[in-house]
Amino acid sequence: MAGGGATGGTVQSETYREARTLLLLPAWVTLGLLTLAPLMIMLVYSFLTKEFRGGVIWEFSLDAYDQFFFDRGLFGDEPPKIEWTYIGIFWRSIWQAGAATILSLLIGFPTAYFIATRPEGQRAFWVFLVTIPYWVNLLIRTVSMKFLLRDEGPLNDGLIGLGIISEPLGIVNTNLAVQLGLFYSYLPFMVLPIYAAVERYNFALSEAASDLYAPRWAVLRRIVIPSVKPGIIAGCILVFVPSLGSFLAPDLLGGARTFMIGSLIEEQFKGNAGNWPFGAAASMILLTMVLFLLMVFARQSRKEAA
Amino acid sequence: MPQDRDIAIDVQGAVKRYGTFTALKTISLSIRDNEFFTLLGPSGCGKTTLLRMIAGFEDVTEGAIYLYGDEIDTLPPHKRPVNTVFQNYALFPHMTVLDNVGFGLEMLGKSKAEARARAGEVLEMVQLSQFAARKPSQLSGGQQQRVALARALAPRPKVLLLDEPLSALDLKLRKAMQVELKHLQRETGITFIFVTHDQEEALTMSDRIAVMSAGELQQLGEAREIYEHPRNVFVADFIGDTNLMEVTVDAVSNGRAQCHLGGGHRLTCDAVDGIGPGAKVHMSLRPERLFLSADPVADESLKGRVREMIYIGTDIATIVDLDGGPQFTVRSSNSSRGNARIFEPGTEVAVNMEQGAARLLID
Repeated sequence: MAGGGATGGTVQSETYREARTLLLLPAWVTLGLLTLAPLMIMLVYSFLTKEFRGGVIWEFSLDAYDQFFFDRGLFGDEPPKIEWTYIGIFWRSIWQAGAATILSLLIGFPTAYFIATRPEGQRAFWVFLVTIPYWVNLLIRTVSMKFLLRDEGPLNDGLIGLGIISEPLGIVNTNLAVQLGLFYSYLPFMVLPIYAAVERYNFALSEAASDLYAPRWAVLRRIVIPSVKPGIIAGCILVFVPSLGSFLAPDLLGGARTFMIGSLIEEQFKGNAGNWPFGAAASMILLTMVLFLLMVFARQSRKEAA
Repeated sequence: MPQDRDIAIDVQGAVKRYGTFTALKTISLSIRDNEFFTLLGPSGCGKTTLLRMIAGFEDVTEGAIYLYGDEIDTLPPHKRPVNTVFQNYALFPHMTVLDNVGFGLEMLGKSKAEARARAGEVLEMVQLSQFAARKPSQLSGGQQQRVALARALAPRPKVLLLDEPLSALDLKLRKAMQVELKHLQRETGITFIFVTHDQEEALTMSDRIAVMSAGELQQLGEAREIYEHPRNVFVADFIGDTNLMEVTVDAVSNGRAQCHLGGGHRLTCDAVDGIGPGAKVHMSLRPERLFLSADPVADESLKGRVREMIYIGTDIATIVDLDGGPQFTVRSSNSSRGNARIFEPGTEVAVNMEQGAARLLID
């Protein structure tokens, strides 16, 4: 009996097993209905034939995956070459999400450390402050970001006013704008797990390290960071994964050159121009990739823990 | 500025204030080179604050601290050549025992190989070589304690600070570690500053003891001096068991003070400067320096009646109500050579004291 508590007689354990099945039912139904079923639908759709006005024809086909990886010319009759367009979009997405994650970590770690080192009564207040912007809709926040960053916006005005630059930076429609948008969208997901880890950290360890001649940066690098690493990894995953599939920030803040996976998938299901099997296939490829990255992460941290 | 190489740590008028609260009130003391020095006192007396000021974790509000003549109170902790054994060890959980012990040397710029070699040596000294590759969480409390000790000794500090390092151990292990610590101190020749609230531990291990209370130094001296010649009521009461009672001084002559207790019992003590005839002061009488007899053996025997007898094992304690006056505890060794005559409750007895047993105290 996996994971169950030890029970006395056979009769008792049978009742126990029945009760357990019954009690677990809501969890299984929720998981099955809301996670497994949609996933299966996506998987099946990715192997069907496309209908031109959206939707699918119930006929098995590998076209969607073929289209993703191979280029067979305009009429589909040339010998197949590798199709770099979509792989390129994936690569750019990984890069953008990675940059946003690093940015979140650089800002989020000191923020989390700051909050966790406040007196106990004040910490809830600081956490509350971090979450306030998230009461505003993501769309509105992203549009506001555009207004802040645009050439006539307060950022450029301010920098020009201070005499730091003479021309607007032209941030909007660049990779940087998208990274900033993603960073701002998901920053709390970095701050909160790191905050939780730092709060549990035993600060006597920092004292012990400085007592043993470690200057401040060595205390941070050798003692604090390794101790709160699980929180850092959790934060990175929580920022990286949604950034990878995000389409609001790239759509609103980026231009044609900053096209990301999220937008690619979104287009396939929007209006009449879409290609449902292709969208489903792209989603499955994204999912596979994310799972693969998480597994590498998990294995890495397990190896270090041993 | 002191230049004396025989003084390891010189604390000069150190004050510690947190806002309006004064944790340490103008402490001055000198800790000698190669000495096992103990800061003893109840919790909240400021002993740990003083230790943390020497280590560099607390600022000195006023005054100065010198290490072999060099002022260190403005240096950050990592620039002070002293190391600390922390109360709850504070071992680095993500490092092996060997890397924990080698950490200080690595931070001093030694190569990893050099640090590991020295760490191995120190681990051998505390008999933990076979655990070098383990993580701290895989060790028992006593073993973790020894790792903490090894880690603090490895960089060869000029002074080792120990913050109640034995308080988390059980009694037997604590006794064994007391002996081991004392040996380590002699072997290494390093000055140890040991903080504890356990007076027995302090008496067992220390060359000299500073008794502290309420942020003030109460008495500084060798173990015997502090136990046998407590300077004031706090020290007499805190160190060991004692019969503490109020007496009135009747006359002082030839270095002797004639006094009387409640109930009119008379006795003679050594005179103390500043205590003259008519003074009402406290007197300390150690229970083991008293003995009972059926009949008075001297003029100054105190008559009373046995209230209770307590069997302790090594000793027997007898509580006696003096006629019309205070209560005394008399302690005698439980051996055939000892003076353990057993008196049943209700028996009339005389309480006798050894020469010089009664000590007058300033408040």
